[in-house]
Amino acid sequence: MIEAIRDALRGEMTADERVVLVGQDIGRFGGVFRATDGLHAEFGERRVFDMPLAEGAIIGSALGLAISGLRPVAEIQFLGFTHQAFHQIVSQVARMRYRSQGRFPASVVIRAPFGGGVKTPELHADAIESQYAHVPGLKVVAPSSPREAKGMLLTAMRDPDPVLFCEPLRGYRLMKEDVPSESYTLDIDKVRIVREGTDVTLIAWSAAVDLASRAADALLSEGVRAHVVDLRSIAPLDVDGLIAAAERTGRCVVIHEAPLTAGFGAEVAATISCEAFYALQAPVERVTGPDAPFPLAGAEQIYLPDVSQVVAAARRTLAAS
Amino acid sequence: MSVSLTPQFPSLAQRITPLQLLRPDGTLVGGAEAPLDDVRLQDALRLMMLSRAVDDKGVSLQRQGRFGTFSTVKGQEASVVGSAVALDPSRDWVVPQYRELPALLRQGLPLEHFILYYQGHPAGGRIPEGVRLLPIQISIAAQLPHAVGLAWGLALQGSDAVVLAYFGDGASSEGDFHEACNLAGVVRAPVIFFLQNNGWAISTPRSRQSSARTLAERAPGYGFDGVVVDGNDLFAVYAATSQAVERARAGRGPTLIESQTYRFGAHNTADDPTRYGHGDTLSGWIERDPVTRVQRYLAARGQWSDEIEVQVRHGIAATIDGALAAARSVPPPAAADLFTHTYAELTPRQVRQLRQLSTTPAAAEGR
Ligand SMILES: Cc1ncc(C[n+]2csc(CCOP(=O)(O)OP(=O)(O)O)c2C)c(N)n1
Repeated sequence: MIEAIRDALRGEMTADERVVLVGQDIGRFGGVFRATDGLHAEFGERRVFDMPLAEGAIIGSALGLAISGLRPVAEIQFLGFTHQAFHQIVSQVARMRYRSQGRFPASVVIRAPFGGGVKTPELHADAIESQYAHVPGLKVVAPSSPREAKGMLLTAMRDPDPVLFCEPLRGYRLMKEDVPSESYTLDIDKVRIVREGTDVTLIAWSAAVDLASRAADALLSEGVRAHVVDLRSIAPLDVDGLIAAAERTGRCVVIHEAPLTAGFGAEVAATISCEAFYALQAPVERVTGPDAPFPLAGAEQIYLPDVSQVVAAARRTLAAS
Repeated sequence: MSVSLTPQFPSLAQRITPLQLLRPDGTLVGGAEAPLDDVRLQDALRLMMLSRAVDDKGVSLQRQGRFGTFSTVKGQEASVVGSAVALDPSRDWVVPQYRELPALLRQGLPLEHFILYYQGHPAGGRIPEGVRLLPIQISIAAQLPHAVGLAWGLALQGSDAVVLAYFGDGASSEGDFHEACNLAGVVRAPVIFFLQNNGWAISTPRSRQSSARTLAERAPGYGFDGVVVDGNDLFAVYAATSQAVERARAGRGPTLIESQTYRFGAHNTADDPTRYGHGDTLSGWIERDPVTRVQRYLAARGQWSDEIEVQVRHGIAATIDGALAAARSVPPPAAADLFTHTYAELTPRQVRQLRQLSTTPAAAEGR
């Protein structure tokens, strides 16, 4: 997947010379995950900029760069460290268009990886996407595969609004598939149906889409056909797409790695319950991380939702009525 | 009338020479006196050597998948140990980043806790009662405001304790650093900002963090003193830190110490330092190895020999083996470890989640 992301960056930098990259260790080093590998050599110092270690300054200055007429793409090494830039993202970047009544659209893309499963140190895995989904003015998207990542990133870089682009850390090396070499965009504000099914709807984004697909395989061996939906974007949420997918089966399981309480699954469950109530055959199930900090690596397998939990939740929805 | 502004502050062109007492060849700088006697120096040397041995062990365990991602101290032992031994662990506090193992041990953290932490066991985070140490900090510079508050609070309560906070050159770019310094100056907190300038923040060289001539000279901007020391000189680090401790204890406020040193190894076990020129200056620094410098000094005084070294290494190996065994005897993490200590008491929802997790296959297998 990391190659797909690099491909998208290179493609857009070639096509639009206003695109500049800012971040820590993204220059000669090519980024801690190599997302920008070779781009410093190709595009030079003026377009690939190694920043001092200060996330607040990275995001705050990206907003200024955008106002100056450039198209900054900021890399934050881990989503957990966007907290150092929280006020810039939440109170500044997200609101600049509104505060200036349209004069200064903040066309800033913020890329950051998140999620567990690769035994990172503390804070590196934290799935805090829901914290940003609560912020009007900000778009929050989370691709689930290399092909999706490339198209979604290209689309995000052309978006007139700020986009927080949450990349699945676990997918960087593990997720592989053929990706078209040319540039292409995707409807990132529309859900993607990953596979069609009639019995139960599994709803996920980012790395959890892969989990949902594996659970769907397991369910299929029991004769249960799961409808798997990738939200792609959690803010804004494609409510129509979500409701259609929920109504398809009337039984829903939403899956994420973040803690249960006030996780984005709560918004999904509430939206379905309010807007698809009469189509529901069972209460919406949530399979999530527990209400606990993401643990040190030795305990992450206990923390992370797994196939058996998704299958069990799907069975509960099927057992109801 | 046109006004031409002349610089009001001292010339930035002047070169700053770091404080040095012990030369790389192990001889004292002319006129300098050793600030540590041979007995205390041998203790310090043992701690430096233990640190390096744990580094090597940790890297090899990490390669075998038995240790998580971690950052070695290697090359910075004089910087960490020289500052740590200037503290009195029975009253002073250490607030670490993540590259200061010997300071944690000196404060009284059992080595097996450190090992458990890097093996990814939640129990590794525990700091025993009475050990004056905050947890390892992964979020760069976030510990610095804590250090100021801790020092300030101790002073408000009439203690003469001081707080020493470690951080890197990269960390000195974060807002938390600047906010902490500013506040420390205002409240005259008995805190020592111990900045280990090891040349790099992952791949980013010191020169990209700041265009200031030295990192220590930011201190006067916050109303207190800064000092630059040769961070590979145990004596210089110890002397400068002792002075800062004395000043803080006497109620004369904070000090920023920039310890100029070099990271011998990779940033951490996930890093590849060949990609960013880390090796270009490494050999020059290896000649200034902080451990051999002390060994040379002691040898010239008849206080160090191959036989003593063999003995010390034996002792160190036994210490590490003992700690690894103690870590092994701790049961693997269980579902309860996710929740315990998240609050004083678990929430009703957590209690339910714990019950559910304890019955899933992953928990049952102790994964
Ligand atoms: C707030 C935050 N941003 C980014 C990182 C990722 N990161 C880990 S270590 C590091 C470099 C730190 O450099 P420095 O402070 O000089 O300490 P050193 O590792 O050299 O001892 C970075 C950027 C982090 N851990 N926390």
